[in-house]
Amino acid sequence: MAQYLILIYGDETSWAAAPPEVVERVHAEHRAFQARNAGAVLGGNALHRTDTATSLRSDGSGGDNGAGGPTVTDGPFAETKEALGGYYLVEATDLDEAIAVARQVPAPFGGVEVRPIRVID
Amino acid sequence: MTTDPAVAAAVADAHRREWAFVLAATARVTRDLDLAEECVQDAYAKALTVWGERGIPHRPGAWLTTTARNRALDELRRNATLRRTLPQLLATDDTSPEPGPGADEDAADDYPDDRLRLIFTCCHPALTEEARIALTLRLLCGLTTAEVAHAFLTGETAMAARITRAKRKISTARIPYRVPPAEELPERIDAVLTVVHLLFTTGHTAPVGDDLIRRDLVERALDLARMLRTLLPEDAGVAGLLALILLTDARRETRSGEDGRMVLLAEQDRTRWDRAAIAEGITLVREALVRRPPGRFALMAAIAAVHAEAPSWQETDWREVVALYDLLVQIWPSPVVALNRAVAVGFADGPATGLAELDALAAEPQLAGYGYLAATRADFLRRLGRVTDARLAYEEALLLTENTVERDFLTGRLRELGPPDAR
Repeated sequence: MAQYLILIYGDETSWAAAPPEVVERVHAEHRAFQARNAGAVLGGNALHRTDTATSLRSDGSGGDNGAGGPTVTDGPFAETKEALGGYYLVEATDLDEAIAVARQVPAPFGGVEVRPIRVID
Repeated sequence: MTTDPAVAAAVADAHRREWAFVLAATARVTRDLDLAEECVQDAYAKALTVWGERGIPHRPGAWLTTTARNRALDELRRNATLRRTLPQLLATDDTSPEPGPGADEDAADDYPDDRLRLIFTCCHPALTEEARIALTLRLLCGLTTAEVAHAFLTGETAMAARITRAKRKISTARIPYRVPPAEELPERIDAVLTVVHLLFTTGHTAPVGDDLIRRDLVERALDLARMLRTLLPEDAGVAGLLALILLTDARRETRSGEDGRMVLLAEQDRTRWDRAAIAEGITLVREALVRRPPGRFALMAAIAAVHAEAPSWQETDWREVVALYDLLVQIWPSPVVALNRAVAVGFADGPATGLAELDALAAEPQLAGYGYLAATRADFLRRLGRVTDARLAYEEALLLTENTVERDFLTGRLRELGPPDAR
């Protein structure tokens, strides 16, 4: 067995503009997805919008803060049209199985990315 | 030491016919593509000397498989570390029978045919199209990295990096070594067919260079299509693709003149078309068209069949060609298909109608920079007697192709139009 992280990306502007019944429907779809895939889903969460994000940069690109440590800035690490909005951690025997689960993840304003979890021993 | 030419020929023949089978059977033991490749290469090298001493085995593929697998088992036994660092890189569902490691060459048929697993792994949708093509040439056709690089006019270092990256993705993301379940099969077969078709079209009209046709790529595509036909005899898409390749390639001898000049379908000497290939292709088209609705390759093959059966360009059933394109455009609405449809309309209903269809496509971003559109417009304008416009269109087409043979053809057409108006 292997683990995969399914990253859910979506356009935040579309999310913000979505009427409450659409938001509620997507939430219901997520609950249904979790119930249907209870055997595979190890965990998962929705994230608050990227305007609540704080990034810490250690590569110096955020400017020198004078203290030598990472620079703390407001906003997501990478500015993209489709932002990371949530994730599921799933267990699967292989990529095909992980893709079969990922296909069912509701992502109405974007899509999902499947990444194998790297085990570091 | 010199190798007996008969032995060298037998090894070369086995390389072409058996490589995929031997590698697929060995990968099942190693569960690692790199180690499997190494063992198979080693088996072919060994064949050159052993077959020279003991004679060519009556089943070369079985001999090679046994030799490669034994070498793989030795490696795995000797090198416990290797075994530990190769944690089931390829997940197999071990449902098909697996003979013991000692199986000798006479038990050849006991080796399960794993070629389909290998094909579906190489053409997995999680790999880029370039990676799928490179892996297919490397693992299924047994081409060296240098040969794959040459086939796609890429540097060897870049191609090696592409292949390594693809193999790493297969093992890290755990792309399974498995034939997909029935419900996924149509989509996955289509991905395989697309790779083989792309290989064929790349070979059929080389994008750059001095030759119009890359014979090596065409042959590989034909081999692969035949292999798929053996492995998936019931699949209409496979039948359609093999038919398409056979019917298109049947014209190979007539597509360029003795001087290497490109000869259009209209001017080809149809008596020199390969009638055996056409007969085989037409039988396959009929079979492929039984499925409703017919698939993309079946329809393209059916169009090629109309041309193959026409006694001359003038006597081509253009209405039938347009009707087939109408169906094709519905299931495969690509601008290139629409362009080819417009060409057929130009012959069924005359160049003025064809030109109107073409101009409707001019805004397609996918066709911008596509030399064939300009070349077709030029031809319609020439037939309409609009010499100045035709000249401009030929000049545009010339800017858009780097294939020397195509360029010579366009330059010739431009010259036939006569000198530009002096006014």
